[in-house]
This record gives sequence, structure tokens and C-alpha cells, in this order.
Amino acid sequence: MPYDPRMVQPMREEMTRMGARELTTVADVDTALGDPKGTTLVFINSVCGCAAGNARPALSRALTHSTKPDHVVTVFAGQDLEATARARQFFSDYQPSSPSVALLKDGEVVHFIHRHQIEGKTPQSVAENLTAAFDRYCATSGVA
Amino acid sequence: MTGHVFHPGHSALHGITVVLDTREGRTFVGRFHEETPKGMLLHDAAGFDPSAGGNRDEFLQKTAKFGVRIDHKHVTIPSADVVSLVPFADLAG
Repeated sequence: MPYDPRMVQPMREEMTRMGARELTTVADVDTALGDPKGTTLVFINSVCGCAAGNARPALSRALTHSTKPDHVVTVFAGQDLEATARARQFFSDYQPSSPSVALLKDGEVVHFIHRHQIEGKTPQSVAENLTAAFDRYCATSGVA
Repeated sequence: MTGHVFHPGHSALHGITVVLDTREGRTFVGRFHEETPKGMLLHDAAGFDPSAGGNRDEFLQKTAKFGVRIDHKHVTIPSADVVSLVPFADLAG
């Protein structure tokens, strides 16, 4: 059951402040992920304090890197249920977990960070994981 | 591990995805909740049973890459049957 929207609003705003575009409907997801060109990072947001509390600052830090994905979008697991389910269909080989991060290049998953790779890690550590993937997969793409 | 416990009153592993091995050779990967009088309680756990074929390393490698396939929404393993309990990140990176 979704949490009180007022409680999760700061977690949504943390994402949009760093430049991520929120996808709250199936139509939003289809529009954002339906065109597979370039690189798109999908952040599965979560209220989980122990993992998402590190994952959001990690992504924020990673997005200050010189190389980054063309597009950064986010869906909120446990809140925007249909949008999250639809987004997960674009990387259905991967088991659902939240928070998690998928990096898509031309529609293919090229890097995935599961919840278990975030738990107990510092934001710096997770950010380094992300920026290494940006350098590897986003270097030839434009930057949004 | 940072050592920071987000849920006071719980162990440092609370909420962390762990690998739990049993004396019988079964392996579970799931989110540790707590140790109860009945045993170790995991949520959203994948289970590996060597009697069903395959091997533990392949199970862990696949789980590390593709995530935890939830076979058990909740599972409790008697503490006396547990031979190891470690964060999955320590094994999978």
C-alpha cells in the first residue's frame, strides 16, 4: 500500500532537483523509454531508508560527473505502481528490487545496480560504480 | 558495511540482503529481518537446494547479476541449522 504522498514528496523532490524526470504513469514510461536511442538511466526510487537513503545521494553525486546518460528518469516503487511495473518491463530479465538502477543504451540494459549492491555502501561507493558505467557506456552519447 | 543501523533495536544486518547457508547444503539469499526464537527470518528470499541440481556458485552468480528471484516471501531457518550468514554484497561485490 502506498505511503502518504506527503511523506514521500521530499524523496520525489530529491530526484527532480538532481535533474531526473519523474514518470508517474504508464504513458509517461512509454514515452520516455519507448524510443530506445541513446542512453537512459532509470532509477527505481524507494522509501527504504537503509538503501534508498544512500542511492539518491549517490546518483546525485554521479550526475555531476563529466560523462553522463542522455536521459535520467525515475519511477517510485510502492507509490506509482503501474508506472513502476511498466518500467520494469523494459528490463524484465532483472528481478525487481528497490532501490535499483538500470542503464539502458539503445534499449539494451548495459549496467544494473540491484538493491543488494547499494545496502551498506556509502553514496561515494555507489556513485563510483555509476560513473564507471557512464564512462564505459555514455562516453559517445550526448549529455542532456 | 557502514555499521549504521537505520532501525533501532534490530541487528546490523536488519534490512540487508544476506547469503545464508545451512547444514544440509541449502542456500538462501534474502533480506534479513531478525533472529526469532524459531530461527533466522528472511524476507523475499531465493532458495537453492543442491538436491534439485545445479550448484551454489552458479546460483549466487546468477542472483548477483539478475537479482533475487523470490521463492519465499518469508522464510525462517532454525538457527541451529545455519552455518554461515554474510551480507550478499560481501560475496557478490
